[in-house]
Amino acid sequence: MLEISWLAIALTIAAASTPLLLAAAGELVVERAGVLNLGLEGMMLMGAVIGFIVKVESGSWFVACLAAACVGALFSQAFAFFVLTLRANQVAAGLALTILGGGLAAVLGAGYVGVSLAPMPRIPVVGSELHPWLGLLEHSPLFWLGLLVVVGVQWFLFHSRAGLVLRAVGDSHDSAHALGYSVLKVRALAIAFGGAMAGLGGAYLSLVHTPLWSEGMTAGRGWIALALVVFAFWRPWRLLFGTFFFASVTILEIYAQGFSLAVPPQFFAMLPYLATIAILVFLSSAYWRGRSDAPAALGKTFAPPY
Amino acid sequence: MLIVRIEPREFDTTSTQGARAHLRVLGLAAVVPLLVSLLLGGLIFLSNGIPPLHGLHAFFIAPLSDRLGLTELLVKAAPLALIACGLLFVFRANVWNIGAEGQFILGAIGATGTALFLVPQDSPFCLPALFLGGVIAGAAWAGVVAWLRAHLRVNEILCSLMLVYVAQLLLHWLVQSPWRDPQGYNFPETALFESSLMLPILVERTRLHLGVLFVVPAVALTWLLLNRSLFGLAISVAGRAPRAARFAGFSQKRIIWMTLLVSGGFAGLAGAVEVVGLTGQLVPRISPGYGFTAIIVAFLGGLHPLGVVAAALLVALTYLGGEAAQVTTQLPYAAAGIFQGLLLFSVLAFGFFSRHRVRFTRAVQRPAGQVLQASANLPANPSANSSTNPRVDL
Repeated sequence: MLEISWLAIALTIAAASTPLLLAAAGELVVERAGVLNLGLEGMMLMGAVIGFIVKVESGSWFVACLAAACVGALFSQAFAFFVLTLRANQVAAGLALTILGGGLAAVLGAGYVGVSLAPMPRIPVVGSELHPWLGLLEHSPLFWLGLLVVVGVQWFLFHSRAGLVLRAVGDSHDSAHALGYSVLKVRALAIAFGGAMAGLGGAYLSLVHTPLWSEGMTAGRGWIALALVVFAFWRPWRLLFGTFFFASVTILEIYAQGFSLAVPPQFFAMLPYLATIAILVFLSSAYWRGRSDAPAALGKTFAPPY
Repeated sequence: MLIVRIEPREFDTTSTQGARAHLRVLGLAAVVPLLVSLLLGGLIFLSNGIPPLHGLHAFFIAPLSDRLGLTELLVKAAPLALIACGLLFVFRANVWNIGAEGQFILGAIGATGTALFLVPQDSPFCLPALFLGGVIAGAAWAGVVAWLRAHLRVNEILCSLMLVYVAQLLLHWLVQSPWRDPQGYNFPETALFESSLMLPILVERTRLHLGVLFVVPAVALTWLLLNRSLFGLAISVAGRAPRAARFAGFSQKRIIWMTLLVSGGFAGLAGAVEVVGLTGQLVPRISPGYGFTAIIVAFLGGLHPLGVVAAALLVALTYLGGEAAQVTTQLPYAAAGIFQGLLLFSVLAFGFFSRHRVRFTRAVQRPAGQVLQASANLPANPSANSSTNPRVDL
């Protein structure tokens, strides 16, 4: 039986890491293009609510996920308009997006609170009845999509020409502009991709993780995804370790309750947040700082010269 | 081909004509985004089957129609203004303290802890001690951020925000386990304070308490410190030109510490006022997100103490409207977030349109061989942008 319970833990970790992986992979691309989008939480909530509503109304998982991604991308363009066209402060615009998204999602989903869904079916694995460990491979399609996105982003950023342009824009927008690349267009597309991934991450929460809608159901995952990008040093591969670590810390709370430890559950719930801080401290040491790959133009407003 | 050109606005503010034109532009840049926000808000009402004008009336006008509504507006504006006053210090110094919500919660915890355990009930110093407890707790919570930022160079946006969640969980633990009122029928609340530990009510049968008046000295102090002291000058220089601040001998570390401590102290004071003036006990939902909304208030007020007061009243109205709309239009309370987000976007749009002019021009046909530069925003004044460039190093 021990084996089965470890299996359950591994499955929960995988399940808890998917929304973080999706949102962080999107944000990583955005930051590689030199834009800091603090609106992840808002975009995730929009994706969560739209995905849920579309699933309830249309019944199709695929359409629901597609709608969530589209809404995330569309919503992120409000942010893009403000930071790119109106050259607004990225921190303030991102916060506005988070607050607006939270409110909008609450209003949209008001009629759907308390509605429940069957969770998204997992992709079955042939022969999973032979050995319980094969069951480890049974996940919702979004889980596999998350892994695919990481691979795709890694390939795109470091093995494609367009990715090279994107990184150039993020490292020195003036040079990229001088070379004739449209800085604003590249950034707008990157922000749209980040929005779509955040929307999908949100949809994972409302369709797979806890198949229902409730206000503020992301519970700070958007912010943790932001920290994960730092944790990964802006390298997609390392997101896998980061999300695995954070998801393990998150589910500790659930299992700690099962073991009826003397520590109050709230303290276990604090762990992901405290761990984020601890890791940020660790990574900010001089040794790691020198190895960091932070985009040089991150957070800087681009105003094209004459 | 139509080209959008973005050009910097320049006004000769020394002449009356120029100054008037400047004011007109400022007015337009402020009013138009607000109108657009209201329009969008109306559309959202419409999409929920609520007549837009009816919805906007229920949100923004109906709550102010009676004495209770007006006093509630002040009760809600006071914590926002207090927190935002503190945020002026950090934001002007380009330090991004996003965790005022946590510092507010710690202030409430500090005041309650002082009331429950530290203060002899009949001492004349007990009320000030409660506020001191709140201020110290709030400043200490921000002090963690200051230490991480100044000495370990950790990004303050992320760590101040993570501490918000930690503060909320700490609050939940306190009211559920060690501080729960034993006679409270198992509700997650602390025992009610003695009436001697509460601030007096100013207007009968309302919740308007003395703590609201704290805003007046707070705003005055903030104005004095920011505009009439060396500390304020150091903050402005450090925020606008970090290199100049270094050459002037202002210590970056000290500025991070001081601004964060002040901002945490203000947020802590607001939390203490909320407990001592309003609830009289620690409850799990002590804050409806005041700490986050105060960020909007600070920006909406143009990072100026007096502007903050006006902005706090306006944003408090969205809270009241959210409550009223919940009853009259069945929208969730969180709908207030829509207007708060739109307001912040309006401020950002204002910042742009007050400094830039957008012009639609036809492309001029040039002789072949000459490169036509057609971009969404061609000429710009780089210096006009430098003040809006935040320092963000993740």
